[in-house]
Order: sequence, then structure tokens, then C-alpha cells
Amino acid sequence: MSDRLELSDAVASGEGWQGMVSDWSADRETFKDVSWGKAMMWVFLLSDTFIFGSFLIGYMSARMSTVVPWPIPSEVFALNIGGTDFPLILIAIMTFILISSSGTMAMAVNYGYQRNRKRTAVLMFLTAALGLSFVGLQAFEWTKLIVEEGVRPWSNPMGAPQFGSIFFMITGFHGLHVSIGVIYLTVVAAKVWRGDFDRRGSYEGVEIAGLYWHFVDLVWVFIFAFFYLW
Amino acid sequence: MVSTNIDDSEVGSHGPQSFLTKYVWSQDHKVIAIQYMGTATAIGLVALVLSWFMRLQIGFPDTFDFIDSSSYYQYVTMHGMIMVIYLLTAFFLGGFGNYLIPLMIGARDMVFPYLNMLSYWFYLLSVIILASSFFVPGGATGAGWTLYPPQSILEGTPGSDWGIILMLVSLIVFIIAFTMGGLNYVITVLQARTEGMTMMRMPLTIWGIFVATIMGLLAFPALFVGGIMLMFDKVLGTSFFIPAIVSMGESLEYGGGSPLLFQHLFWFFGHPEVYIVALPGFGIVSDLISIHARKNIFGYRQMVWAIVVIGALSFIVWAHHMYVSGMNPYFGFFFAVTTLIIALPTAIKVYNWVLTLWRGNIHFTLPMLFAIAFIFTFVVGGLTGLFLGNVVVDVPLSDTYFVVAHFHMVMGVAPVLVVFGAIYHWYPKATGRMMNQAMGHIHFWVTFIGTYAIFFPMHFLGFIGMPRRYFSFEGLEFIPESAYTLNAAISIAAFIVGAAQMVFLFNLFWSIRHGKPANGNPWRATSLEWQTPQTPPVHGNWGASLPVVHRWAYDYSLPGVEADFVPQNVPITEGETNEQ
Repeated sequence: MSDRLELSDAVASGEGWQGMVSDWSADRETFKDVSWGKAMMWVFLLSDTFIFGSFLIGYMSARMSTVVPWPIPSEVFALNIGGTDFPLILIAIMTFILISSSGTMAMAVNYGYQRNRKRTAVLMFLTAALGLSFVGLQAFEWTKLIVEEGVRPWSNPMGAPQFGSIFFMITGFHGLHVSIGVIYLTVVAAKVWRGDFDRRGSYEGVEIAGLYWHFVDLVWVFIFAFFYLW
Repeated sequence: MVSTNIDDSEVGSHGPQSFLTKYVWSQDHKVIAIQYMGTATAIGLVALVLSWFMRLQIGFPDTFDFIDSSSYYQYVTMHGMIMVIYLLTAFFLGGFGNYLIPLMIGARDMVFPYLNMLSYWFYLLSVIILASSFFVPGGATGAGWTLYPPQSILEGTPGSDWGIILMLVSLIVFIIAFTMGGLNYVITVLQARTEGMTMMRMPLTIWGIFVATIMGLLAFPALFVGGIMLMFDKVLGTSFFIPAIVSMGESLEYGGGSPLLFQHLFWFFGHPEVYIVALPGFGIVSDLISIHARKNIFGYRQMVWAIVVIGALSFIVWAHHMYVSGMNPYFGFFFAVTTLIIALPTAIKVYNWVLTLWRGNIHFTLPMLFAIAFIFTFVVGGLTGLFLGNVVVDVPLSDTYFVVAHFHMVMGVAPVLVVFGAIYHWYPKATGRMMNQAMGHIHFWVTFIGTYAIFFPMHFLGFIGMPRRYFSFEGLEFIPESAYTLNAAISIAAFIVGAAQMVFLFNLFWSIRHGKPANGNPWRATSLEWQTPQTPPVHGNWGASLPVVHRWAYDYSLPGVEADFVPQNVPITEGETNEQ
């Protein structure tokens, strides 16, 4: 171990900019003590960011260039409860659920590092359950929009047809991410429960799953802001 | 240390067992690389034949009955798409990336071999989907490789029923395949280098592949999104890209979409794609020139930073493909400026290649010939790029044969020359035998001079205004008779160049058995892939223990050292003057 360190020290020489470059480009690993799986998840999420970024920019471009009125999201997504219209109430609940699931996920990661097998597994199952209820509410939202409001991917009785196409495309693609996440979390949680990570000696798999889940959650915040609040 | 390298004791225990696991469902990066190269070559041959058909029509109009205007557009489209994505991208990253990354950085394999294997099988699937589009009703899409809506999905364009759908599905599958492979390449370079292999000691080949892969991971998403939206426009009848439109005398259901949005999404991918193909080429050429001139690469750090800067800049130049599409003039100004700025790091690279050759001990081996040919072709293509990067020059030249000449020189011929040079260079490592010299020389001279004969005259055709992608030039009074003669000559050159590729393919297979046996390091090169204990390297690459790197990859003709090259894994001796 010690001779390895010496070699890295010899390589990482220089000060200022050159020193910084040397540090980042030292041998073996650019990101010290970051496992392959974790590094790969980060790079994948960076790539995925560009996918959602392209979707959202496409949406903004369509919305700004359309000459047909754009439906007002807070009215379209209002729910009538007991005779009163609550604007955006369903979306608010969904957002609350998804953000809470990020909280339970963070707790699961924390317990994972404490090697608390049961709590980690339970919190992950809870996260997956919250994700599942998010997808369920999304299905309800889609049904309401399709059946009651008559919105279709290719047409929209309330105005610009792009409203429907973009809504189904972006929330659909995000919903797909959440669904994949639910499956992913369930698989990892089952492994935790079985004790796989105890045998492996590291709960890092939990953290990697958490990275994905937080990303999906963060993307939703942007979709919420740009699609529903704009 | 977290999973830095595969535990040495594991070697041999997870080696391949049967023929099927060794050569078909293999997780060995070297086998996957060759699978990638073979598939890319096969589909590339299809694209080569398509280019012959196009040249038959342009050179000898109305002579061949089987080519009508629809099939001509299908040839144009499929030739372009196959060459850019399914041949060059796959060959450089899936092929050379897979083969060279673990060997050159001293790793036993890619970090996730199973994912790597999946990447190849998804790639194969995407190629099969693409090829199947020739056989569906209506045939392959004829929308041009840029697939611009509205025409790409409306009736009247060949293949607008099935061809375009299969094309988009194939692209989406390709992107998934690329993402799986690309994540592997990036993480392997970042996190799995051997002891002593710093980033600034990596051969430039790895730098080129590494930066190109990152660019691919950030650029393909835009194509992915554009492809999905175009597919919805076609299949579901959404109007992302289609405005209110009258087609075939009927007003369609579409309305309110923006065709320009697709162009932006496409070129946000499309321009980086040019450099995804070029950067690995830059890297490989740097290494070939240094090795075969027995001299260290001139300005290694500059070369690295030039690759990084070119990669970054290529994300903010995309709209120079859209000067005639309709754009705010200030945007045109911005994109012209960024485009011309890219010429600076690129010129640095060209100067450094030339300065590496200067006073070098140049061996005119086959790889070196191809590397020098690359510089010649690339400079011509790069200079015409400066013409087209300027808005006022681009507008009259747009959609003429000048553009065809430009991009074939800079990202068609130039990278393909690198591919050839690299194959001649690394063939002895992969097979243990040299490729045949005589056949190689025929292949080189015919290809190099022939491609000049094909593409150089196209500049003149472009200047007289000959439009590209036209099936027939009948009725265009301004085109002189001589242009038709020139076109016939270009076509003949194209057939000869194509025939020379058959010599190359024959050589490729012939030399496996009959080539001159090579030792493990026939070029006397320093980089790690030539220092493997076995040639060809076996599964796991390095035998009992990983190599330790003590120096950069360019210690040729060191002053005070007797041997004219010092491999990267040789410790630095007392009194040796060494910069790195």
C-alpha cells in the first residue's frame, strides 16, 4: 500500500492549475474511493439529464411558438372535492408523495451505512410503495384527462394539441422512469432483506439505487415547475 | 481501495469454457470488439454498394433500369446513416474503444463485461432492424440521413410507411446499445487504470476515444428525443414537428408543429457526432505518427487539451448546419464565430502532427502511409469547413456538391483512412501475424488517390451550383456538358476505389493464416497493449499481475538510452532525462 502512495505522490506534483490537473489525473482512479457502479450511475444520470433537458426544451419551444391558446394547467389539473375546485391538488399530492419518498430513501441509505439490515430494507420497500402510489395517481390523472376532458396525444379540446402530446410524452417518460425505479428498488430491497449486502460487506448498492431515485425525483421538480406551474 | 482491479487470484477461474462462451456470448472486451468491427464492416459494405448505385445513376443517367428516383433517395439516406452511425461510430468506439481501452490503460477488461456484451447484442439488433427496412413494403426510408420532417413522414417520400419507423426504432436501439457500451468505456478510463497510469500518461488514442464517448453520451440524447417525437408524429399523429400542411392535395390533420425544432434537436446531436467520429481518429493518428516516426508526439499536453476543447466547443456550433433553414441573423453570427474558433485547436493538432514528423525517423509502413494520408485529406476537408462555416459563403454553397465534397473529405474519407491505418497497425496484436504488404500498398494507393479523384472534383461541381441529392439534372440549363463528363469520371473512380476495398477484405482474411508471423511488438512501440505476455492477448490480458506504468507512451529515441524505444512499464533508470 505504502509504495503505491509514494508513486501517486511522485506523479501528483506541481502547484496551482498544474497541480489541480495532476491531482485529478493521478493514476488508477480519477474519483478516489468511488466504486465502478457508483461512478457509472453518475455518468448515466448525466446522460439522462440531457434526455429530459431535450424533452423540456422541446416542450418550451412548442409552447412558446404555438398560436393556439395553451390550456391553463391549474384549471385542467383541478379536482372537484365536495363541490369546491382545488387547483393542482392532485399534482400537489403526487409531488408531496414523491418528495417524501426521497426522504425515506435518504433514511434507507443512512441505515444502510449503519449496517441496519431490517430498517434499510423496510425503508426501501416504503420508498418503492410511495413510488408505486405516485404511478397509480398518475394513471388516475391520465384517465381523468383522457376520459373526462377528452385530451388525446393528437388533439385537445381546450386548445393547442401540443398540450396533450407533450403532457403524455413527458409525464409518460418520467412515469416510466419511476416504474423502473420501483422495480429496481424492490429488487435491491429484497437483496438487503436477504442479507446479500451484509455478506458483500458494503451497502453501496443501496446508495446507488438512491442516486437514481433522487434523480427521478429531481426531474419531477422541473417537470412540475415548467409544465404545471408555468 | 475499492474494487480498483480485478483480484489477481481470480484470473483463469472465470475464463471462457466452450466455443459458444468464448466466441459468441463472450464477455471478453477483445472478442466483443471484433464482433463490433465485423458487424460494422458487414453493414458498411452494404452502404458501399449503395454508393455504387448512386454513382451509377449520377455518372450514367438513365442507363440502369433498377434505379428510379425513389430507390435513389433510399440509397442516399441509407448510405449516409449507415456510414456515419452504424459503421464509423460503432467501429471507432465499439471496435477500437473496446479493443484498446483495457489493453492501453492496463486493465483486465471493461469494468462491466456483461453490460459490454449486451451493448454489442443491442447494436446487432439495431443493425438487423435497419437492414430489414429494405424488405418491408415501400422499402427503406428515403428522407435523407437528416430525416427532416415534414417530408420524412409524409406520403410521397419513399419508405414513409414502414421504412421511417424502422429507421427510428433502429436508431433508438442503437442509442441504448451505445449508452451501455459508452458508460463502460468512460468508467474504465476514469476508474480502472493500472498503477502509475495517470491520465496524462495515457496514449492519445485513449484520450480521443474517451472524450468522444463522453460526447456521445451527451449528444445522442437529443437524437433519442427527436426520434421519439418524430415517431409519435408518424404513429400517433401528434404535431411536434408538423405544421398545418397540405400534402398530395389534401389538408392533413397536423397543425402547430415546428420543423425547425427537429433540426435543432438533430444537429445538437449531429454536430458533436462529427467529432465523435473525428476525435478517436485524431488520437489514433497521433499514436501512429509518433510510433512510425520513432519520435515522441510534439506537444502532448496541447494535444490532450485540444481534444477536450474541440469536444466542448462542438456542442455550441450545431446551428451552422441550419444557415438556410431560417434563423435570427445574430444566431448565425454566433454560430459562425464558434465554428471558426474550433479551427484553432484543430490547427494546433495538425501543426503538432507535422512537427512530430519533422526530423523524425519516418518509416513508411502501411499505418504511417494511412496516417499521413489522413492529414492530407483532413486538411482539405477542414479548410472547406472554414468556407461553409461563414454564413455568407455557406448560403450559395449550401446543398451543392461542395458540401458533399467537404463532409466526405473531413468525416468520411479521413476517419476511414484512420480505421484502415489502425487495422494495419493493430492487426498483428489481434492475430499474431502481419498483414500482407503488397496487397496493403495496392489498397493504400488506390484508396488515397482514388478518394481524391472522387471528392476533389466535387468542389468544382459545387461551385458551378450543381445541387446535391438530385436524382436527375435534366432541364438544369446552367450545368455545362463538362460537368456530366466529370461525373462519369468520378463514378469510375468510385468503382475502382470500391474494388480496392475488396483487396483489403481479402487481405484481412488471407493474412490470418498466411501473413508473416509477428512477435508481440512488431512496431517496437511503447504503449501497454504491445507489452502483453501473450500475443494475441488471452482473456484477462496480463497474466499473473497487472503491469506498472513508469512513463508516458512516447519515449522514442530518448537521449542517453540505447534502445530507440522504452515501453511504458519499464522503470526510469538513473541519469535518464525524462519529462514525464
